[in-house]
Amino acid sequence: MATKNLLQAIHDGLVEEMRADDTVMIMGEDVGKAGGVFRVTEGLAAEFGPFRAMDTPLAESLIVGAAIGLSVNGMRPVAEIQFADFIPPAFDQIVNEAARFYYRSNGAWNVPLTIRAPYGAVPGGALYHSQSVEAWFCNTPGLKVVAPTFPVDAKGMLKSAIRDPNPVLFLEHKRTYRLIKEDVPEDDYVVPLGEARVHREGMDLTVVSYGMMLYQVLEVAGRLSKEHGIEVEVVEPRMLYPLDKETILASARKTGKFLVLAEANLTGSVSGEIAAIVAREAFEWLDGPVMRVGAPDVPAAPFAKPMLDFFVPGQEKMEAAMLELARY
Amino acid sequence: MDLKGAEAGHEALGLGDDDLLKIYHHMLLARRVDERMWTLNRQGKAAFVISCQGQEAAQVGVAYNLRPGRDYVYPYYRDSGITMLLGQTARDQFLSLLGKREDPNSGGRQMPGHFSSRELNIVTASAPVGVQYPQATGTALAFKMRGEDGVVLVCGGEASTSGGDWHEAMNFAGIYDLPVVFLIENNVYAISVRSEIQVAGSIAKRAEGYGFPGVEVDGNDVLAVYEAAKEAFERARRGDGPTLIEAKTYRITAHSSDDDDRRYREREEIEEWRRKDPIIRYERYLEENDIVDEEKKEQIAGRIKAEVDEAVEYAERAPYADPEEVLERVYAEG
Repeated sequence: MATKNLLQAIHDGLVEEMRADDTVMIMGEDVGKAGGVFRVTEGLAAEFGPFRAMDTPLAESLIVGAAIGLSVNGMRPVAEIQFADFIPPAFDQIVNEAARFYYRSNGAWNVPLTIRAPYGAVPGGALYHSQSVEAWFCNTPGLKVVAPTFPVDAKGMLKSAIRDPNPVLFLEHKRTYRLIKEDVPEDDYVVPLGEARVHREGMDLTVVSYGMMLYQVLEVAGRLSKEHGIEVEVVEPRMLYPLDKETILASARKTGKFLVLAEANLTGSVSGEIAAIVAREAFEWLDGPVMRVGAPDVPAAPFAKPMLDFFVPGQEKMEAAMLELARY
Repeated sequence: MDLKGAEAGHEALGLGDDDLLKIYHHMLLARRVDERMWTLNRQGKAAFVISCQGQEAAQVGVAYNLRPGRDYVYPYYRDSGITMLLGQTARDQFLSLLGKREDPNSGGRQMPGHFSSRELNIVTASAPVGVQYPQATGTALAFKMRGEDGVVLVCGGEASTSGGDWHEAMNFAGIYDLPVVFLIENNVYAISVRSEIQVAGSIAKRAEGYGFPGVEVDGNDVLAVYEAAKEAFERARRGDGPTLIEAKTYRITAHSSDDDDRRYREREEIEEWRRKDPIIRYERYLEENDIVDEEKKEQIAGRIKAEVDEAVEYAERAPYADPEEVLERVYAEG
């Protein structure tokens, strides 16, 4: 096993699938010769040629639409949207088309398609290189939305997504691309889609989180244990839609205190859905209000650092919310 | 309009008597099925009808070049002339019209006209206009990557060329010389909006800007359409790339059974186009070439009427899907 960051793990998962299956391909803006703006697809055009690692025109609806067309003619495409902020032109193709082919054809046409999109706030990213767009897609039956945080999960879940017969939106928090490293197995393994992961067990409260926030929640949870003796159970959904309700509810029922902490703004968010499920189905076990922390309801992360730091929930805010709930 | 008609005649196009009769049968079948759908709508038996009437020559003329189950088709909601030529039946159309379980397009989930067949490579269609074009280029790219000679036919009305998807697909097809035939059935109307305020310049000429041929053809002359499409399909199979065909035609009916076209067009205009009806025009050609006479025409019409009668009866008796099936087939397994 070698230590890999998130970028390398995703790269490895993609390359292994392309080597194992001739029908797997990657297409998007700058994914060929340049190897992608984040270098996820580095070396792929050299190894697989300009068709299986295809530089497409700068047209997101075309990228996803053409990928759908490939997927119904024997291919297993991975379509890359350079930044999740640029996904709206492809919205129709993802939501009205890919997610509905199977249902509307009464099971005749399925769409084995993976759409990769880097999301989340990053210094200097500003409004259009920072958005957390998951809520737009988590109201779409027929589509799977995954957002793994750690390299081992990301590699294994990308392989599962590529092999899945359904369209999968694969979100990668770009702030964590080089930040999070761990030992990643080099053999062929998969992590199934649809299972939440308990990162840390605890009796005092449950925090559900994902992406860059999760990475920080785990740090804060360690501190709360050392400094306050508060044991936080940390659960990562890994798949945001459909949700693994059982794992989330089991934790809520165990601790009786429940907090969702995500980077997206709160209104109409995935956090809201998770909170609603717990409020209804774990009601009898709860010892405090179901709480949520997220970005304020403003359009997106600003460019200037002080404003960005205010926008993204930081560790102080996280700790305050966890302490408030623990002491409730 | 100065449009290219079929100059050569069917023999020069390689069409025998059987071909001509098959084309005739399918144009007439599409028309009669469509007319019966309106009757069922007026009787209160069918909630919604969307028509192919007036566009049968454009549809059948192009689709006669397809190899069912081998080439791919992305039809639009008026293309029953194409889907029935490929192998869908009159029964299928009425099962879909009435939303019955056996509806091959969707098992009663979609409105009529949203065609689908895995066996016939008719890719499931939706209602938003123009989304099929990028998909068609991807399907054509798969053929090209595998070195196969499959061709993709993708269809739409003139208004479907106004949105970005059409242009994105035209550009992509031009860059990679993809084996795709774009058929634009220019029927003058997008619900109520005439093509003069829908389309700038010429649709056919836009192809030149994307680096491949675009041809304008009289969409009511089935042999002229066939000729243009034959060239386009041969070009695609040779690996030479896409072709755009703009078939100039006319929508005889209202947009749908929910549309009242008296609000936006004169009856005289429709009457004028009825005189240019593609089926009447083709009958004249067949008569002049001694392919059909009155007796033969009656025989064909009788056969089609019996087929339509039987199909309606079958579809009316056919069961609906169980209501709980609404919950099924959201995700594919495996």
